[in-house]
Amino acid sequence: MSDSALSGSPAPTARTMFAALQLDTRLLGMIGAFVVLCLAFNVVTDGAFLTPRNIFNLTIQTVSVAIMATGMVFIIVTRHIDLSVGSLLATCSAIMAMTQTVVTPEWLGLGLNHPLTLPITILVGVVAGVLIGAFHGWLVGYLAIPAFIVTLGGLLVWRNVAWFITNGQTIGPLDANFTKIGGIGGTMGETWSWVFGIVAVLAALSLQYVARRRRAAHGFPVKPFWAELTISGLVSASILGFVATLNAYEIPERRLERMFEARGETLPDGMTMGYGIPFSVLLLIAVAVIMTLVAQRTRLGRYVFAAGGNPDAAELSGINTRFLTVKVFAIMGGLCALAGAVASARLGFSTNDIGTLDELRVIAAAVIGGTALSGGIGTIYGAILGALIMQSLQSGMAMVGVDAPLQNIVVGVVLVIAVLIDIIYRKRTGE
Amino acid sequence: MTAPLVEMKDMCISFGGVRAVDHVSVDLHPGEVVGLLGHNGAGKSTLIKILSGAYKADSGEIRIDGKPVTINSPRDARTHNIETIYQTLALADNLDAASNLFLGRELTTPFGFVDDDAMEAETRKIMGKLNPNFKKFSAPVKALSGGQRQSVAIARAVYFNARILIMDEPTAALGVHETQMVAELIQELKKQGLGIFLISHDIHDVFQLCDRIAVMKNGQLVGTALTHEVSDDDVLGMIILGKCPPHATPGPGALVDDTALG
Repeated sequence: MSDSALSGSPAPTARTMFAALQLDTRLLGMIGAFVVLCLAFNVVTDGAFLTPRNIFNLTIQTVSVAIMATGMVFIIVTRHIDLSVGSLLATCSAIMAMTQTVVTPEWLGLGLNHPLTLPITILVGVVAGVLIGAFHGWLVGYLAIPAFIVTLGGLLVWRNVAWFITNGQTIGPLDANFTKIGGIGGTMGETWSWVFGIVAVLAALSLQYVARRRRAAHGFPVKPFWAELTISGLVSASILGFVATLNAYEIPERRLERMFEARGETLPDGMTMGYGIPFSVLLLIAVAVIMTLVAQRTRLGRYVFAAGGNPDAAELSGINTRFLTVKVFAIMGGLCALAGAVASARLGFSTNDIGTLDELRVIAAAVIGGTALSGGIGTIYGAILGALIMQSLQSGMAMVGVDAPLQNIVVGVVLVIAVLIDIIYRKRTGE
Repeated sequence: MTAPLVEMKDMCISFGGVRAVDHVSVDLHPGEVVGLLGHNGAGKSTLIKILSGAYKADSGEIRIDGKPVTINSPRDARTHNIETIYQTLALADNLDAASNLFLGRELTTPFGFVDDDAMEAETRKIMGKLNPNFKKFSAPVKALSGGQRQSVAIARAVYFNARILIMDEPTAALGVHETQMVAELIQELKKQGLGIFLISHDIHDVFQLCDRIAVMKNGQLVGTALTHEVSDDDVLGMIILGKCPPHATPGPGALVDDTALG
């Protein structure tokens, strides 16, 4: 309808065509940096970096930090900081470990590997995380103690509360269903992964269609039709490409044999199966979708960004910024619990040093992902991409055989340079 | 005579022993513009922040349409149709015009999600009336000029059917053309029967826009006067010396002892 009127500029040049796509140039820059990084590692490792196996491992290694990074975006956007996430993860992980090894099997008499153990454990962990987070938020919002101090205290407190809960012991083995959310131990399989991929593509396309129709109904300018198609194509290709890659990582033959034996069958000759999407990645995707929805489509999200952009304006607009702080820290606490579940499930047991230094990784992921420490700016997808970049850098260097001290030096330097580039970018674009 | 739109009686507020507002009484009628004048630190902004809910008075009574009301928060003020345009604009720089206009009062879809499209449509409508040149609907307000930002702030106050409008230095950051735009808007709102408190340092603005002036000094009310009954010099005398001219109604802060003037 209004396409012809809007795309009616004479002789489209490459520049105007690119602008018509209305892509987030900052996101493109990050993806570009990520792609260059991956290609470089792939060359140095003689093609070992971009194999389905390594990509699979990268994704499951990223999940825990990425889940927390989405919450850290809200914290940093509201001009706070949370240094306690690694310790909070440890406390939640310890609580969940005790729940599934002592509380449900013995106190509740459910025995080992009961199907209810997983939901009960997650529920207990998330409730604990939310309560601790809300307590931090209350100290920051209502008692006006700087978040840096509250969570620096929390860093020490919760690491050692975890120690007391477990008496300093490593708790395991964990519940069989619980460990499935850790990564390689629980995947969707090829068929369900394809189903998921197709559903995701359909969802993305319908969202795009609905958004366009609504803008048009209000008489707002919409993108030219070819631009919408290009974006649809890119999105669909990325989703399906991701599924195809994870499906291409085949389960080793001996493991497959054991799986069939467990069901009392024998492995048919020459049969292969791919892993597909791990449940932990599914959880991350769910967290990312919900957090993005909260950030962009709810009042809570709007107030988070308003309070970060101008706290006085938010207050004068009748927003309860103190309670908002409690909510933001409570969300962070709940996400720490989910991350703790994934991290301990991946290990198969809960240790005392679980999540050590995660606070730094999480903050770095959010900051590399474009969250500004001055507040008001940040995206959920950016933080997840930031976590992925950090993890790729680290495991890429490990694969190349870079010495451990040098790895950390590089990561530190990259963090600073990433922020510098971001500052320059913002100055140039006047954002 | 009908009850005034707003009456603030004997308002007091102290900050750490300093009486920022000391037994001040002012009132405002529908369709009237009352200018609040005084030096920096005279207590004008503090007085007005009590009415807009940003501060809570230590004592005093606020009446709206003759009925006593309590205003403890900006939200309370809004329920009484009191809208404020602050000196510092009170816009969230990182959000776009529509998000700022509806901040704290977002339109939502039946599912409870914020309805950005509906808000943008309403914003386009009201900006079409207030400032037809306004085009940057998707840019954060940081990217707007002073005048454009001011029109967002004014749109926010006007959109929600304000009856009482408080403008704190509305033209301080504006150029000549934009100041003229604000002046026209004030005339328009006056015609619609709004009561407006205008805080300004610009005597010229005050004489052009206000029906009545109230002058404060050191937290006290020097006096009130009808604008057409006093001269520039009279008003300056009130602001600087606290001296009340013959036509003005003196307040508690007025200089009583004539000999003190020397």
